[in-house]
Amino acid sequence: MGTVRAILHEIIGLFVDDGSLALALVVWCALVGLLMLTVSGVTMTAAGAALLAGCVAILLVNVVTAARRLRTARASH
Amino acid sequence: MTWIELAPTVSAAFLASLVECVEAATIVLAVGTVRGWRSAFVGTGLALAALVVLVLALGPALSQLPEQALQLFVGILLLLFGMRWLRKAILRGAGIIPLHDEEAIFKSETANLKLAQTTERWGVDPIAMATAFKGVLLEGVEVAFLVLAVAAGSPALVGPAALGALAAAVLVTIAAVAIHKPLARVPENTLKFAVGVLISAFGIFWTGEGMGIEWPGHDLALIGIAAVLLGAALLGVRLAAAPAQPMEAR
Repeated sequence: MGTVRAILHEIIGLFVDDGSLALALVVWCALVGLLMLTVSGVTMTAAGAALLAGCVAILLVNVVTAARRLRTARASH
Repeated sequence: MTWIELAPTVSAAFLASLVECVEAATIVLAVGTVRGWRSAFVGTGLALAALVVLVLALGPALSQLPEQALQLFVGILLLLFGMRWLRKAILRGAGIIPLHDEEAIFKSETANLKLAQTTERWGVDPIAMATAFKGVLLEGVEVAFLVLAVAAGSPALVGPAALGALAAAVLVTIAAVAIHKPLARVPENTLKFAVGVLISAFGIFWTGEGMGIEWPGHDLALIGIAAVLLGAALLGVRLAAAPAQPMEAR
């Protein structure tokens, strides 16, 4: 049972390591999808560019925040 | 299908599988060295058999999904998977978190295995077999997912992606048998960086396709997305490595 639980835990861990990164990416994808459905005149190229730009911005903000947090934690020990 | 169309899929499957196979090889080597090769090979064999069953069960089930839903589902999973690798590779590249050390993992695994009691059943050590089984299964699940996922848009890509993964497995097996030590010299963070970029690019591409986005240049857009992600990831390393400015200096 312990092995099965460990395997399931590892499988979830394949996709979610930092919960805030995963959540932000999923929310951004949903927002772009919603935008495409609700706003008329959104071109495919603009939607694709928004999807890519948002994902890149989320990644950059996440690594900078994580680096600051880890550096502060290391300094306080 | 041309080489330009196949190259991103095959290289993503090959590079990602290379990383996973190196990690699996470290565990099998630790088990074999400490508890005997028979149990290590039985555990590895059982894990490979379980993986074949998993792929045979999931592969056809996935092909039953409508194409666009499959692209969206797989795209988001690939995006989460790739960004997770990329985030870790950026933080490692910036020196924020330590590099993955196969030799340290090998030492820790062998120390744990030496502590466990030996209780052989039918000529097989259950602890050794379970350790090898779990290690190979977990890394193998990642390989199987990646092969199926990077080929999500077209069944014709499953074969080339599987060949890329198989080539990585064969290469790592030959290297592990030849040197009989963990493959510590593999530049794992560079590989994870490259794989993170490629897998995230596939994730964004398939997610977009699943939403109905028609990418300019169709499949060639993958190369453009990967280039943007690579540039962003390199910028991420610089930003993460730069210490925060003290308040007075602002």
